Amino acid sequence: MITLQFLPYFEIEKLPSQKRIRKIIDIVKENKIVLLEGRLTKTEETELIKKTMEEINNKFKGIEPWVFNPQSGSSALWEKIKGGLLKFLLGDRRGFTIIGPSTLVKEIKSDPNKVQLFIDDMTKRRRKR
Amino acid sequence: MKGLFNRFIQKFFKNLFKKSRHIKMGLYGPPNGGKTTLANKICKDWLGEEDVMGSTSSIAHETREIQIKEQINIKSGNKELSFNLVDTPGIATKIDYEDFIKAGMKEKQAKDRAKEATKGVIDAIKWLDDMDVVIVVLDSTKDPYSQVNITIIGNLQARDIPVLLVANKVDLKKSDIKKIKAAFPQYDVVGISAKYGTDIDKFYEALFKIAK
Repeated sequence: MITLQFLPYFEIEKLPSQKRIRKIIDIVKENKIVLLEGRLTKTEETELIKKTMEEINNKFKGIEPWVFNPQSGSSALWEKIKGGLLKFLLGDRRGFTIIGPSTLVKEIKSDPNKVQLFIDDMTKRRRKR
Repeated sequence: MKGLFNRFIQKFFKNLFKKSRHIKMGLYGPPNGGKTTLANKICKDWLGEEDVMGSTSSIAHETREIQIKEQINIKSGNKELSFNLVDTPGIATKIDYEDFIKAGMKEKQAKDRAKEATKGVIDAIKWLDDMDVVIVVLDSTKDPYSQVNITIIGNLQARDIPVLLVANKVDLKKSDIKKIKAAFPQYDVVGISAKYGTDIDKFYEALFKIAK
């Protein structure tokens, strides 16, 4: 069974960066896929990679992240201004972020219309063993 | 806001002393993009030294420590550029020692490599703060839309560090520079083969452009 845990933006909004990252990693370590409303800041995304590396062991092998940012493809000035204004007023809650444990989520592919998660069939592996 | 202010202060002092020092040029990217091959090529071309930046391998995470070569001077016509070259371990979001076993390593060796590789990624990220210019080396045979690529490039943009994208391995049939250009349209992309030196002159010209 795969568990997808939704993390609304208001749950991380007031948290400092380190605690935001901690919260996400803790969920991922429970072998759940995090579906975060919005996104982390660019610095936090890098910090998330750093923290993940610090915690890798024989059981936790890392993360498979994906950020869907509806603004990223647009270069129009008005879209940029609108995006900046919304970010200022509401925080980074546009788009969404998927972060799963790399032992479960093998790959995430996306195009403008869909996001595909390629999941490792662990039951098959267990049966083989 | 505090972060922005700190970055402004750091940048101010960096620029203040810029003329009296060599710029630090970092090679960043995902594992197996060819960062060390390119670093070795630069050192061979301008210092006449072979394989000084480290060994290369088809197994990921061959470079697990930061490698620095100081005082490289490159010339093009009347222009001259001096820099310290910093080759960094490939940045990844996952490292599984079992992948190294599958590549033919023994368990102990694979676990050690995985441990060193995680430390290497942490060091590479820590060093980002010190870079003046970054060359992001991507394997042009692979899909550029990976979250690691987007995160590295986005982070450099947030830090206001000049970036040059290198689409490496153009000698391979599957190479697709157009895909990299389409993925990151706001950046200069130079297609090269670091291994065979293909279009390396174009790469050096592009270096002058971003490091000025």
